Amino acid sequence: MSTMTDALNTYRSGPDDHGHFGLFGGRYVAETLMPLILDLEQAYNEAKSDPAFQAELDSLNTHYSGRPSPLYFAERLTEHFAGAKIYFKRDELNHTGSHKINNCLGQIQLAKRMGKTRIIAETGAGQHGVAVATVAARFGLPCEIYMGATDIERQKPNVFRMRLLGAKVNPVTSGSGTLKDAMNDALRDWVANVHDTFYIIGTVAGPHPYPAMVRDFQSVIGKETREQMMEREGRLPDTLVACIGGGSNAMGLFHAFLDDRSVKIYGVEAGGHGLDVPNGHAASMTGGEPGVLHGNRTYLLQDDDGQILEGHSISAGLDYPGVGPEHSWLKDSGRVTYVAVTDKEALAAFQLCTKLEGIIPALEPSHALAHVQKIAPQLSKDNLLVMNMCGRGDKDIFAVAEHLSMEM
Amino acid sequence: MTRIDQTFAKLKAEGRGGLVTFITAGDPDYDTSLSLLKGLPGAGADIVELGMPFSDPMADGPAIQASSLRALKAGQTMKKTLAMVRDFRTENTSTPIVLMGYYNPIYVYGVDRFVTDASEAGVDGLIIVDMPPEEDEELRPVTAERALNFIRLATPTTDERRLPAVLANTSGFVYYVSIAGITGTAAPDVSSVGAHVARIKAHTDLPIAIGFGVKTPEQVRDLAALAEGVVVGSALVATIGSTLDENERATAETKPKLLGLVEYLSEPLRRRAEAPAI
Ligand SMILES: Cc1ncc(COP(=O)(O)O)c(C=O)c1O
Repeated sequence: MSTMTDALNTYRSGPDDHGHFGLFGGRYVAETLMPLILDLEQAYNEAKSDPAFQAELDSLNTHYSGRPSPLYFAERLTEHFAGAKIYFKRDELNHTGSHKINNCLGQIQLAKRMGKTRIIAETGAGQHGVAVATVAARFGLPCEIYMGATDIERQKPNVFRMRLLGAKVNPVTSGSGTLKDAMNDALRDWVANVHDTFYIIGTVAGPHPYPAMVRDFQSVIGKETREQMMEREGRLPDTLVACIGGGSNAMGLFHAFLDDRSVKIYGVEAGGHGLDVPNGHAASMTGGEPGVLHGNRTYLLQDDDGQILEGHSISAGLDYPGVGPEHSWLKDSGRVTYVAVTDKEALAAFQLCTKLEGIIPALEPSHALAHVQKIAPQLSKDNLLVMNMCGRGDKDIFAVAEHLSMEM
Repeated sequence: MTRIDQTFAKLKAEGRGGLVTFITAGDPDYDTSLSLLKGLPGAGADIVELGMPFSDPMADGPAIQASSLRALKAGQTMKKTLAMVRDFRTENTSTPIVLMGYYNPIYVYGVDRFVTDASEAGVDGLIIVDMPPEEDEELRPVTAERALNFIRLATPTTDERRLPAVLANTSGFVYYVSIAGITGTAAPDVSSVGAHVARIKAHTDLPIAIGFGVKTPEQVRDLAALAEGVVVGSALVATIGSTLDENERATAETKPKLLGLVEYLSEPLRRRAEAPAI
């Protein structure tokens, strides 16, 4: 049996026709959803090859979201680390403040095309929920967002934003009330409302075609980065770094570079209290085992009986016990190096970036920056490093104040 | 002939539909659950579906979610679920047991080891909710080697294009999911279920069991008239839940209430069998 890489000598051709990235991916869903997922796949394939669909999406990206996002030379951090030349891909400047809008604009277009009249979504940090509520408002579709009760507590500003935008936010109390439980409830809603409902999944996880579709909508990040870097430096970057929750901002940055073997790629997972603390982190690949959840096979946080663990991260957006199946495949194939950084390291990076660059990063990309901090000093001065600044930190200031014991 | 085939043959000879009862293994604790399991056939269950608890039961409503979490909290594991079946088989060699659940605990246990251990314990069939035909190739052929029935689900959304493929490798019976939704929520609409079941019957000679949302003897009666079996699950585990104390421990009421409900639900089927043939 030949692998996808042998067959085409590329890391960019996955998934296969059944939605598999090697061992990972697939469509592990209830039969009720299966016909719908096949319809979605067909609709997406048709849309993808329709120039009008792409043109509409490009136009929205430009005029509504504000793309292309800048590729910014982080001069003071570069001086501070005294190694690699650090660039930020500024996706935190997008409308709604994160990369999540890239995917939502694509999926809402598809929902319209399929004649769906109701939108549902899950959210963790609330960035995806806000992006969904935004596009639902823009396109006039009613929208319900499932959000864990615990996350509603720690991400209040985003909950308020969603409500202002007209979305109904449904608190999820099952499990530990975080992202995985929200995804369970969104899937339950979908099973019961398949006839009119479109489920906008927020990351490169879920059953096929979601991992590939979300990646495609996010890969605008990497495509722009390639062009911008060619323009600025006349060559490709040497190093890419992005944080991994489900893995959508990372896939978005990485995908355009997977076949450029000279580019070293790092995915940074949430190490929470440390990988050695049982159930104290959210690092599915560096601290988990393969399993099947939410429609796909991938690395998961789980116990030895196959029960899913809740995990922990300071960042609500990284607090997910799984990861997109394409990352699992990239890990096993060795193309991408996955590492973890702790809550503490991320919090320190958050403060450093704020003070040196005047950019308040979200806690999620603060994880990526914490890893940049580890590797940049060892890299040569001509090493071009791009970190995906995938979200801004406004939503996190309350949580950060609490962690730093600062009065607001 | 598997135990499931034999049971449906016997039901046919008796001229009645069968009652399929679902409880979650280990809910609310191992010993109580085993005792409930042992009591089910005597109370009127023709086939027992035993839920393998999972932390993330995505296709289940609140009642089965809660029962799954109770079982896990009480320390249920796959090993214990298989031990429970083994213990049941020391007393009962005729009532089929179908394990129902999600794929991950099986995958982590190891497919070959699971199928071997399940078959040796006395399991007769499997229903894996999150394993559609597109993905079951890694498990179904292995179950066939050990003569375990692999029971697939057909749903209101399973259209004509899919139906033949869904039915092709199903054995034992077909589980018709009577609503597009999760367990224990909406009540099935008998006339629309009738139309779907007729559609399935045009493609297969396998027995059909109808489940999801069945709560009353009237529903059991009406649905049994359409198919070979009726499945009751959420109503049973909700009853277990309602008898527990504030620490979610079993009480003296747990067993009589559950088995009483099974008797009550199975009554229309027994009456039908006893009624003189017209
Ligand atoms: C700013 C930001 N970055 C990253 C993530 C994690 O998601 P992903 O790994 O899919 O990019 C989130 C999720 O909420 C987020 O809000």
